[in-house]
Amino acid sequence: MTTTAPAPSTPDPGPATSGSDRATATASSSTTARLRRFASDNGALLGLLVLCLALFIATPHFLTGPNLLNVGIQAAAIAVLAFGQTFVIVTAGIDLSVGSVAALSSMICCWMFVNTPLPGGIALVLGLAAGLLTGVVSGAAVAYGKLPAFIATLAMLSVARGLTLVISDGRPIDTPGAVSFLGGSLGPIPVPILVLIVAGVVCAFILNRTVMGRSMYAVGGNEEAARLAGLPVKRVLVTVYGLSGLYAALAGMLLAGRLNSANPQAASGYELDAIAAVVIGGASLAGGSGRASGTLVGALILAVIRNGLNILNVSSFWQQVVIGLVIAAAVGIDVLRHRRGS
Amino acid sequence: MGMGGFAAPGQAPLVRLERVAKRFGPVTVLDDVTLDLYPGEVLVLLGENGAGKSTLIKMLAGVHEPDSGRILVDGSPVTLGSIHAAEALGIATIHQELSVVPQMSVAENVLLGHTPSKGGLVDRKALRAQARAALALVGFDDVDVDAPIGHLGVVRQQLVMIAKALSRQSRLVILDEPTAALTGAETEILFGLMEDLRRRGVAMVFISHHLEEVARIGDRVAVLRDGRLIDTVAAETPQDELIRLMVGRSIDNHYPRRRDYDGADDVLLDVRSLNRRGTLHDISLTVRAGEVVGVAGLVGSGRSELIRAIAGADHYDSGEVVVEGHPVLSGRIAAAIDAGIGHVPEDRKSQGLVLPASVAENIGYATMAATSHAGLVDRRGQRSRAGAVAERLRVRMRDLDQAVRDLSGGNQQKVVFARWALAGSRVLLLDEPTRGVDVGARVEIYEFINEVTAAGGAVLMVSSDLPEVLGMSDRVLVMNNGRIAGERDAATATQDDIMTLAASALGDELTPGSGRGGTTVTSLEGSLAPVATPRPTPDLAPDPAPHLDKDLR
Repeated sequence: MTTTAPAPSTPDPGPATSGSDRATATASSSTTARLRRFASDNGALLGLLVLCLALFIATPHFLTGPNLLNVGIQAAAIAVLAFGQTFVIVTAGIDLSVGSVAALSSMICCWMFVNTPLPGGIALVLGLAAGLLTGVVSGAAVAYGKLPAFIATLAMLSVARGLTLVISDGRPIDTPGAVSFLGGSLGPIPVPILVLIVAGVVCAFILNRTVMGRSMYAVGGNEEAARLAGLPVKRVLVTVYGLSGLYAALAGMLLAGRLNSANPQAASGYELDAIAAVVIGGASLAGGSGRASGTLVGALILAVIRNGLNILNVSSFWQQVVIGLVIAAAVGIDVLRHRRGS
Repeated sequence: MGMGGFAAPGQAPLVRLERVAKRFGPVTVLDDVTLDLYPGEVLVLLGENGAGKSTLIKMLAGVHEPDSGRILVDGSPVTLGSIHAAEALGIATIHQELSVVPQMSVAENVLLGHTPSKGGLVDRKALRAQARAALALVGFDDVDVDAPIGHLGVVRQQLVMIAKALSRQSRLVILDEPTAALTGAETEILFGLMEDLRRRGVAMVFISHHLEEVARIGDRVAVLRDGRLIDTVAAETPQDELIRLMVGRSIDNHYPRRRDYDGADDVLLDVRSLNRRGTLHDISLTVRAGEVVGVAGLVGSGRSELIRAIAGADHYDSGEVVVEGHPVLSGRIAAAIDAGIGHVPEDRKSQGLVLPASVAENIGYATMAATSHAGLVDRRGQRSRAGAVAERLRVRMRDLDQAVRDLSGGNQQKVVFARWALAGSRVLLLDEPTRGVDVGARVEIYEFINEVTAAGGAVLMVSSDLPEVLGMSDRVLVMNNGRIAGERDAATATQDDIMTLAASALGDELTPGSGRGGTTVTSLEGSLAPVATPRPTPDLAPDPAPHLDKDLR
């Protein structure tokens, strides 16, 4: 009955494999089983590999260093938005405002830099803080105001975009050096790819290792049960929307850095790509599931398809059709797999 | 009444299941089952949770197809690939859980899927007429077929759905625990209908956890255990024998309450003049170390609301909750847990467990934050501690990573208990702790309650299972209309005593709306059901033999 009691009869099962796996299965069959489980858990990754293989066969221009870096840069902003979105979707919520928040945050940052004596670094931090704040506002509306997430963040989508236009008067503003740096390169590696990696690792770490992260899964899996088990459900909800806003702001900085200016129409419609990336990565909109690695794969799939279709000279109009079909197929396969599994 | 004994009647079976098997992934849920269903016969399916009953009836209803074996109707093999295919062959199912569209009218619900139409437009006149004809079958002449079915109350909704199934000229009717939500009088209406169907040569499959209903309505009993058909016996078979077949062993002591704590009997839980508008009035109670206090009362009497208010799940308006000397403020779940409270809620699926999460995580939620370092979960420590309590409670699982969703009801409930065992909770608040839990797991949960009290813990237990309340409590508080109507010594009280207290002076102020949703309405509506009889108070009482275990004592 104490929290410190050791497990007398079970040896420490170890971090990765479960006790009974080791106990019952022979080495070879457990390897096959693990492979099969890996394949079943990482359907999106297999899809990405197949996609890359197909493009490699279709065109020699795909699998080249510069092009792959290009894919990474193209994926970065969406992936960062999608990491933030993953927190929200894990709790069974949705954040429609991330595209607008990305634009607003980068606009606030650049406006501060141009119109106040603040140094670029501080302006950057203030821009990120603005993103965090908008997320916290949405989160408070969901957790304490009991607004449906769809409505609260739809409202924020409009408010943030409107504020962006008000601040900028509809015109782009130049970025400070700190932001432009985010669009540049560090040696041979583009900074957006480094930002993507760091943002992804932080997302995975929060989701897997922290009390807050595990609480997100609990809230998404069954909010009432999480509440009755003593978890701080409202604080969790405010946190996920806050994180989503912060990640959106970071994505906004990446976009502004690439263009060396904050654009009032930046990231318009990106929220749907972010949601698509999370869902393609295996998360359920019903909550309780989703991983940073899946989200990364989802964002890469979207970027690879766009890149490949560009190389193959497919018009951007048709690209939208293809991407829509990919989303439907990815989620459809997932649903089928789960139906067979249960 | 049972008439045929277990020998097959001398006629051809209407439906024959021949060596059917079903697997879900690695788990075999039904294994080589051969079963005949005869016209004019009620076959009772018995088995613990997870024995394969629902899979079997889902096969008959066209929801699942067998992996091997075949189904014959009138001697020829059929494929029941869909619910529609099964319906076309005259197989109707009445599900345990209501499947109604609450916003649509009674008539629309009765004919859902078979709505009469003229040129693509709903034929409202025919709709009403057909619905009225169907409802007349169950003696439901006074229902407004145009009212939304959601306004009817759960019991009447269920009878409407039964009318729906019966109206389809069905040759085989499957009744999946139809009596679970019915009072004694309503159950009698249903049995009357079933006897009528039997005379008309309709075959029936009946599932119930009330063993006393077996002999009352059944002809033959098929007992399933672990996916296998163990035996087919006559409905008159003694209940002890039926249990032995179901569980695979004899259970000697169904309520193994032991009170063997000999420390100081401090008051661990002290509730003083608790009030919550509309549900709780001036409730005071104490639970001492080593003691189990049962709370009995009708649905809607405030039992669950009391537990929830003490646990912090709901706010209370005034009064005091003191746990081991520490006051717990209204609506503070985390503070209640810190003070030593563990709350096992009424419905484990919607309130107790995060179904997609693993066993280890579910056990660890209440202790995750307390054992963390710098906001990081102590994964190894939590895991090994969760493994230890799971073993102590004998949770049957593949491993700690298995999703709780995939466990049987009894094992799921043990996971909820394990959470509080891990937290070291000294005061357990149990709301229907063994609802939907099969006999074996039930006894294991009782043994855990004994362990908790033997170690100086205190337990407050709400249950509508009267034998359980009397068998596992030391004292019983009876709630009535949001108040504590009296207290009885569990050793000397009888079920009649308790029911008299629980049902006494049910006045007009008893308002269904003040409770929590449909469940409240259920039992109160019981007396309003369309019975021609006047309204005797005892009808409000749960069935005097509420659960099969009553007869096991």
